[in-house]
Amino acid sequence: MAWSDNNDNKKQDPWAEKGGQQGPPDLDQAFRKLQGQFKNMFSGGGGDSGSSDGGSGKKFTLSPWLFVIVALVIVGIWAAFGVYTLDEQEQAVVLRLGKAQETLKDPGLNWNPPIIDVVEPVNVTKVNSLPHSAMMLTEDENIIAVDLVVQYRVANAKDYVIQIRDPVKSLEHATESALRHVVGSSQMDGLITEGREVLGDEVMSRIQQYVNEYKTGIRVSKVNIDSVGPPSAVQDAFDDVQKAKEDQVRAVNEADAYAASVIPEARGNAQRQIEEANAYRDRVIARASGETDRFIKLLEEYQVAPDVTRDRLYITAIESVLTTSSKVIVDVQGGNNVLLLPLDQLQRNVSASDAAASDTLLRTLNPNN
Amino acid sequence: MKVRTIVIGVILVLAVALALNSFFIVDERQRAIILRFGEAVPTTQELVGFHLKVPIADEIKYFDGRILTLDTVPERFYTSEKKPLIVDSFVKWRIHDTTKYYKNTSGIEANANQILEERVNEGLRNQIGRRDMHEVVSGERDQLMLELTTNLNEVMREETGITVIDVRVKRIDLPTEVSESVFERMVSERKIEANQYRASGTEQQLAIKADADRQKVVIEADAFRDAEKIRGDGDAESARIYAEAYGRDPDFYEFYRSINAYVSVFKDGNSLLILDPSSEFFKYLNSGSGD
Repeated sequence: MAWSDNNDNKKQDPWAEKGGQQGPPDLDQAFRKLQGQFKNMFSGGGGDSGSSDGGSGKKFTLSPWLFVIVALVIVGIWAAFGVYTLDEQEQAVVLRLGKAQETLKDPGLNWNPPIIDVVEPVNVTKVNSLPHSAMMLTEDENIIAVDLVVQYRVANAKDYVIQIRDPVKSLEHATESALRHVVGSSQMDGLITEGREVLGDEVMSRIQQYVNEYKTGIRVSKVNIDSVGPPSAVQDAFDDVQKAKEDQVRAVNEADAYAASVIPEARGNAQRQIEEANAYRDRVIARASGETDRFIKLLEEYQVAPDVTRDRLYITAIESVLTTSSKVIVDVQGGNNVLLLPLDQLQRNVSASDAAASDTLLRTLNPNN
Repeated sequence: MKVRTIVIGVILVLAVALALNSFFIVDERQRAIILRFGEAVPTTQELVGFHLKVPIADEIKYFDGRILTLDTVPERFYTSEKKPLIVDSFVKWRIHDTTKYYKNTSGIEANANQILEERVNEGLRNQIGRRDMHEVVSGERDQLMLELTTNLNEVMREETGITVIDVRVKRIDLPTEVSESVFERMVSERKIEANQYRASGTEQQLAIKADADRQKVVIEADAFRDAEKIRGDGDAESARIYAEAYGRDPDFYEFYRSINAYVSVFKDGNSLLILDPSSEFFKYLNSGSGD
């Protein structure tokens, strides 16, 4: 409003001079009247006072009124365009006659004079995501693929609006540059195995440094590294390394399993051998003591009556032998008779025979007795 | 009266037009210069906000006063060891001296960008040509960029009234054909690694199995040794017992052992005995009384 007042004065000054020089008095008068009416309007005088004033200059009653109404309508429309609302998430930078105002507009219903003020609303609370994925060189001249998402919000709305053209594009550039810088200074293996968190942090601080330099007013809240890995062209080879690691573990496990089955079995076998040996030892010792005990018992009796015992034992034994076996008794005392023994037949008989048959044979062969 | 009104009306319109032409507004995001009959009017400070000007005589030129970005076209550069690299960079700049800027670029951003791009590429070519691949890709990047920015800033400030805020490499990539061979190398390196793992697995497997087999053999051999010793103990003990017992009467033992042996030898009954009736056993068979 201050501006428009200013303007009016400037307009008026040369005009007043001109009016003084050559302007007709009626116009001058009309002008004064118009001013008076304006004053009345603004000083709170109603339509009545205006009309009473207008009454004195009857000639111009219609035309100033029309002018006033038109002016009011224009001012009203102008003012109406200045009303706007700001969302809770937003703040607005106001440029008054091109100059950015220090204070930002807060959420709610706001009014700024249109044309004079330019209002630039900025969302300052929403966290935006900027995804980026690319392949790049590592320090050891390998190529690696990285997917990441930069989360950011506008922290300084004024800088965001005033200082830089396309701040988001600048953030994108900063991200690309920062990521490549960090990856370019790291070894591939480090990046793939444990570097994800570290990479994210380093990239984030670098991005922040860059966007601060560019006065974007952006604050990076987080850099999420979604994936760091070999490019698809070599993915198979990398997968194979993982498989190979598994294969190694599997081979070792198999061997351990083998050992786990073989060694206890061997121990079992060993135990069995020893037990068998123990059994043998105990058996032979037991037999020995048994046999010797029997012998000693018999010996004691034998010593009491040696001859009788000896004979009895002998005869019993021979009896036992001869009872079970086939026998042929040949008297070779005479020495002259040639004896033919059909051994094979005898054997055959014996094999399918019993003692009775043997006895018969004995008799037939030795009829002399 | 009628003519007067018309004259007054014309004067009014002219006055308004003149009034509108006697001021200008510069947005904070812009820079401007005043050209008075085509000649730049020196100003002590930046023209921002509302300003007066001489109507008609003064012409106002507006430029974008924010930080601007030049995104260069990726170009091929060679490192000191003649390796090709595709480098894509960007430059952040803003107008510093509007008069100089207008003089040298006619106030057209594209012209400024073109000048910048040529300079940046020249600078990059020099910087990269002096370094080897490793230096360019990794550690020295900051140093490289700083030098480039400083040099470029000096030159551009002097020549075109532009402040170069930052020059950065967005991408440093190998050309496609080189990438292919890098991929092949990476694959072969992985193959080595994979084979090492597998071979080491086999090695460990063989070693563990061999160790198990050895343990098995040793355990069984030890067991055999212990078993034989135990058997020997048994044999010795039994021999001692036999010797002790039988030593009391060797003669009787011989007799006793013999008759037992006869019994056990003929026990199966499959033997055929051909006997002489004159033997001791049959002495009563031949004659009623022994002779």
